[in-house]
Amino acid sequence: MSSGTELDALEADSVYILREARRCVRPLCLLWSMGKDSTALLWLARKAFLGNIPFPIVQLDTEMELPEVYAFRDRIAAEWQLDLRVELCPPESEADPELPPGARAAARKTAGLRRLLSANGYRGVILGIRRDEQAVRAKERVFSPRGPDGDWDFHNQPIELWDHYATDPPAGGHVRIHPLLDWTEVDIWRYHKRENIPFVPLYLERDGKRYRSLGEKNITEPIESTASTIDEMIAELEASHAPERAGRTMDHEREDAFERLRTAGYM
Amino acid sequence: MERPVRIAVAGHIDHGKSTLIGRLLHETGNLSKERFAEIELASRKRNGPIEWAYVTDALQAERDRVTPMTIDTSRIWLTWRGKKFQIIDAPGHREFVQNMVTGASEADGALLVVDAVEGAREQTRCHAYVLRLLGVNQLVLALNKFDALGYDRDRFESLAASCKSELAAMGFAALATVPISAREGENLVERSAVMPWYTGPALMEVLAAIQPRAKEVNDPLRLRVQDVYEVDGRVIAVGRVDSGVLALGDQVVLLPRGTNAVVDSIDRWPSSAEAIARAGESIGVTLGPPTTVERGDVIAHSEDAPKLEQQFRSICFWIGETPPSAGARFNAQFGPVTTAVTVTSVRNPLDTESLAAVGDGAVPRYAIVEVYLCATELVPLDFHGELSATSRFVLMNGGELVACGFVDAAVSAEPPENLTPKAHLLSGGDRQRRNGHTGAVIWMTGLPGAGKSTLAMALERKLFDAGANVFAIDGDRVRQGLNGDLGFSAKDRSENVRRVAEAAALFAEMGAIVIAALISPQERDRAVARRAAGRRFHEIFIDCDLETCERRDPKGLYKRARAAEIADFTGVSAAYERPFAPELVLDTAHSGVEQSVARLVEYVRRVTGLEEEKPLELSLSGQRTS
Repeated sequence: MSSGTELDALEADSVYILREARRCVRPLCLLWSMGKDSTALLWLARKAFLGNIPFPIVQLDTEMELPEVYAFRDRIAAEWQLDLRVELCPPESEADPELPPGARAAARKTAGLRRLLSANGYRGVILGIRRDEQAVRAKERVFSPRGPDGDWDFHNQPIELWDHYATDPPAGGHVRIHPLLDWTEVDIWRYHKRENIPFVPLYLERDGKRYRSLGEKNITEPIESTASTIDEMIAELEASHAPERAGRTMDHEREDAFERLRTAGYM
Repeated sequence: MERPVRIAVAGHIDHGKSTLIGRLLHETGNLSKERFAEIELASRKRNGPIEWAYVTDALQAERDRVTPMTIDTSRIWLTWRGKKFQIIDAPGHREFVQNMVTGASEADGALLVVDAVEGAREQTRCHAYVLRLLGVNQLVLALNKFDALGYDRDRFESLAASCKSELAAMGFAALATVPISAREGENLVERSAVMPWYTGPALMEVLAAIQPRAKEVNDPLRLRVQDVYEVDGRVIAVGRVDSGVLALGDQVVLLPRGTNAVVDSIDRWPSSAEAIARAGESIGVTLGPPTTVERGDVIAHSEDAPKLEQQFRSICFWIGETPPSAGARFNAQFGPVTTAVTVTSVRNPLDTESLAAVGDGAVPRYAIVEVYLCATELVPLDFHGELSATSRFVLMNGGELVACGFVDAAVSAEPPENLTPKAHLLSGGDRQRRNGHTGAVIWMTGLPGAGKSTLAMALERKLFDAGANVFAIDGDRVRQGLNGDLGFSAKDRSENVRRVAEAAALFAEMGAIVIAALISPQERDRAVARRAAGRRFHEIFIDCDLETCERRDPKGLYKRARAAEIADFTGVSAAYERPFAPELVLDTAHSGVEQSVARLVEYVRRVTGLEEEKPLELSLSGQRTS
């Protein structure tokens, strides 16, 4: 006898991980970018904690998001009664001018995250990254320890097996928690549909284009698309193997662009 | 929509695992043209032919070698003929065995890649053994690099035969053995034209036959409590149903404390009317009547509950740099169920790289070894092969994971060699003949003021007068001596109970009737006491309502507790867990001391064989006083 669907299994595991995070790592926060993944993550957190999320929701704001994204943030924060904290990232002028534009934007977020952690003493940060987004993220752990500068030592990642996770933050550092690691892009959309989770309308087709991945307005491009419903989006994704982050400049400026970003503490 | 079938790809370093995965993705049409272009470019930059391994070897440190080397486990999705797979690439280098374990632990099946030129090597064996231990039983063997052997049939036949016998030595067998060339794409998706002598299925066809691991819905219920939330004044225990089915209204038992309860609600958000929860679901439950519940408790049905054991034998895969040795202390974690353990014995290590047995004293890294463990408390557990959640654990040394293991057997009846007590030259029967009764622990539990001490002292006098070898242990007295180092923290209170129980058990073994009067409010502590004395243990519940106890207040303690001068006072600010199956219940609120003592004497006579009039010559206790 088989019980439940693929989405049920993914949901139950994510809820388990969120509850472990809440129990074992404090203080804790959840990063919300208003994208499809972290909004699904918020929904899962409401499930895990039976309606009320017991930790702050943080947006690292570069003030460069699209206007629809800010409107969505304010609406959901009010409707879901989130303890939302908007943290402004340091200005671009503080980022290394040698970096290409995409990497500069990423550097601002990395710096914003670092500042957030040191100012609030968070020992755990919950993030909505997935393994299928990018080959380097495919090597992530569910509970990933980070050094004092947020650096990722991928040569020496802890063992995860069965229900065991290395939940203790390292001295002076923090632990990143990734409850969506095993979800795929299509899983996320199916879940949005099944649970009726709201999302930014920019994901749907307008004038022959739609955003597949939402980043800052100066470094994210929409893709050609005719998908105006979730079902059409899913059909489009299943027919194509084009990478999800193709519209994200920062990943493609050099071969190891993303690995460098992540080693330095990018999410 | 079923979840993807998870397949771990394992094998020795440089035997071609990552190349095979890259090529499989390409051959099955799962590699986008953008990814292909990226890999082509990265290969060209390093002046080589197309390097399929770059699909998963995404890290620079993995790519910047003469032959790419996988460092960390990676996961990649693949769809073929409408079936979804999650491919878990596991590194083959010895240094990264722990990453291989991480990858393989969740797999449904495994693809073991062997270089046909080199044959099986150390990590081939080690990985096969680990897969077997982790219960990944659906194994496919891919004998790779046949392009370098001119697609030689004889080599295939001889290598297939030797791999088969090596696997058989581990009690393992492959579903199929397929000769392939990952680099040239032979026998991957379709049967190869260059190996016409091979008439079996192509690799993808075999992988498609791997079944997902069955959910354990038909097994006994296990729910390990992860946390306890208070929502609108309701106490909700949350956790995942590891196996079985939980239904509203079920009678359940909470272990190790032994409390019985009823499932009052199954909580989900948004709320749902669904009255059952099946294996795999993460839920919340409320239990009635209100009872203590905390992380690490296991909820089960009492008719098929887990065993409660303190000592057990386990089969461990040793990952830590320091070999295990008797006396070493670790923290054993069965998910949220954790306990401190001491290694009591280490036996029969087997080097998985050579498959050779090694001496007990020298456990090499990555050995499979029998480790005997003694926990500080009773642990709810199942044996390997019965249920997974309560039988498998990791051993932690601080933050370092040193081993993963499976509970194999209880060892209460069979203590490990180095702890074998010397056999006595006289038997329990000899002691009984001299004393005129068997030894016993009469354990009185109840609220402060219930009358335990009064009854204990009266019973001691009566039994002494009847010629018994008897001694009453008073809780306050013990705290001045044996337990003088203990305070009143929860941990110290448990330890107080444990020491009294062990001391009482020794006296009882000597043949004495020991009366222990301790509040011992926790079922789990009383279970420890019961275990120490075994069949000589008799739990007497001195049942008296709180109001009466508080009115009596012989030591003025209730008054002080009400005034908050004493913290965690049982009955006032700490819970008393009523015994679950006591041997005798005495209601002291409604019956007098004489009556209760008479019932106690009658009970003790019956269970110890103490006779009404004891022959004088057998008395050791000096003059009789009546």
